[in-house]
Amino acid sequence: MLEGLYQEVILDHSKRPRNFHHMADATRRVEGYNPLCGDKLALFVKLDGETVQDISFVGAGCAISTASASLMTETVKGKSRQEAVQMMERFHDLLTTEKPASANLGKLAVFSGVREFPARVKCATLAWHTLKSALTSAEEVVSTE
Amino acid sequence: MAAATEPRAVTEPHASASAREHFPVLDQRVHGKPLVYLDNAATTQKPQMVLDAMNQFYQMDNSNIHRGVHELSERSTQHYEAARVKIQSFLNAADWREIVFVRGVTEAINLVAYTYGRRHVQAGDEIVISAMEHHSNIVPWQILCEEKQAILRIAPINQRGELLLDEFEKLLGPRTKLVSVVHVSNALGTINPVAEVTRIAHRHGVPVFIDGAQAVAHMKVDVQQLDCDFYALSGHKMFGPTGIGVLYGKAELLNKMPPYQGGGDMIRSVTFAKTTYNELPYKFEAGTPNIAGTIGLGAAVDYINEIGLDRIQAYEHDLLAYGTEQLERIPGLRLIGTAREKASVLSFVLEGVHPHDVGTILDREGVAVRTGHHCAQPVLEWFGVPATTRASLAFYNTKQDIDALVGGIYKVKEIFA
Repeated sequence: MLEGLYQEVILDHSKRPRNFHHMADATRRVEGYNPLCGDKLALFVKLDGETVQDISFVGAGCAISTASASLMTETVKGKSRQEAVQMMERFHDLLTTEKPASANLGKLAVFSGVREFPARVKCATLAWHTLKSALTSAEEVVSTE
Repeated sequence: MAAATEPRAVTEPHASASAREHFPVLDQRVHGKPLVYLDNAATTQKPQMVLDAMNQFYQMDNSNIHRGVHELSERSTQHYEAARVKIQSFLNAADWREIVFVRGVTEAINLVAYTYGRRHVQAGDEIVISAMEHHSNIVPWQILCEEKQAILRIAPINQRGELLLDEFEKLLGPRTKLVSVVHVSNALGTINPVAEVTRIAHRHGVPVFIDGAQAVAHMKVDVQQLDCDFYALSGHKMFGPTGIGVLYGKAELLNKMPPYQGGGDMIRSVTFAKTTYNELPYKFEAGTPNIAGTIGLGAAVDYINEIGLDRIQAYEHDLLAYGTEQLERIPGLRLIGTAREKASVLSFVLEGVHPHDVGTILDREGVAVRTGHHCAQPVLEWFGVPATTRASLAFYNTKQDIDALVGGIYKVKEIFA
């Protein structure tokens, strides 16, 4: 079961997170915070019309939250705002329901193991909640509570 | 009650092995592994004796207290008040009227902040706490200070997590109205020199509140010897039920304090024109209290007395030393909180691995620990870590439990290699 949670891809992204940097010319900057474990991240999004032209993050968190943020940035870069929100819904379903993983989740399917660890679902969704806020509102701190 | 409180023989010289059998919850497997419960600073497990006492109350005696003339009410009242006397003797308070039942330490602190604090703290006054306090001994004072435009002062600690007494004393002055410090830190395990703290504060004419939540299950506490003005404990951290705790206060201070909550039982007489309050301790016990919880707490005191706090303290001292030694051998592990006087707590960070991941992997090994900021964010911030993994011991833990913890940590390292 642990192997299902800590898959190679997740460990890799937690140790070497992609798009892990500040972005000076971001059009949106939103902070996410999980008060339960103290995980914090700042998400930078550069929107070009309806397209997520660039996205990055910085912060400190557990392997699951860091890897989730890293893979999320890879996944939504270049996608439209609407596609990113749909992706978030599919990702949420993957973690919280028994529905078979959606085919177009791509690499995000590695998080299916989180379902068996209910206490860790918030770790995996922190970055996505933050993204949702970045795409739907102005600057603010997002909490998973 | 007779059957429930009958003393049982505890012959094991070193407390733990046979005592373990008194705790039904410990006898189970988690994720296929024997449960190793090392989250005692969060809450301790309950011995059969406590469960029986509460069950017995609901099955045989359940009734409201201080009210009925009937037999059941007589019995309930008697058991409830017997628990108070047990606590009085447990803390060696001078008088049973100085023992106020509350929900736990959090409520005890709020009670003192709202009554003593509101009456005595004015704009520009100061309250002194330490840098290692739990949120429950920070936030009520912040609320009070905000309301009164008073100032909260923080006594600093050193790298080991020990209170700097000289620096503490420098904070005391004519505007200091109260000192409130933790006896044993839940995040670090530091045992504060609370007798010394009290002596220093009294020298400046300042009363002292001591948060004993993490102390009472591990060491003998004598409030008269400490000479503290207030002392608080939570039942569930000393093998009793949740939702019951105690505020000890010197009668002289309690008498001068206004009531905390209004309601039944805390009054002597009520008319629409004027209400007079009941005497101690009932002035502070409005409404029907947690009767079963109080009786459970009384049974927990009986249980601790049977095992003996001297034995518990000696056994845990050795176990903590063993745990410290074993953890220090693990490469990349850093203990947070290395005070010379410590109890129960082994808080640590592991290089390259977040405590949350450590906790999940340990759980799959059957080892229950706490991860996070332990409701003591400021002190962890001071140590420069957002979170730690915390193993906390009780006397029913064994060296095998420590070995299981160490084995689990190596498993973590293997996964994150």
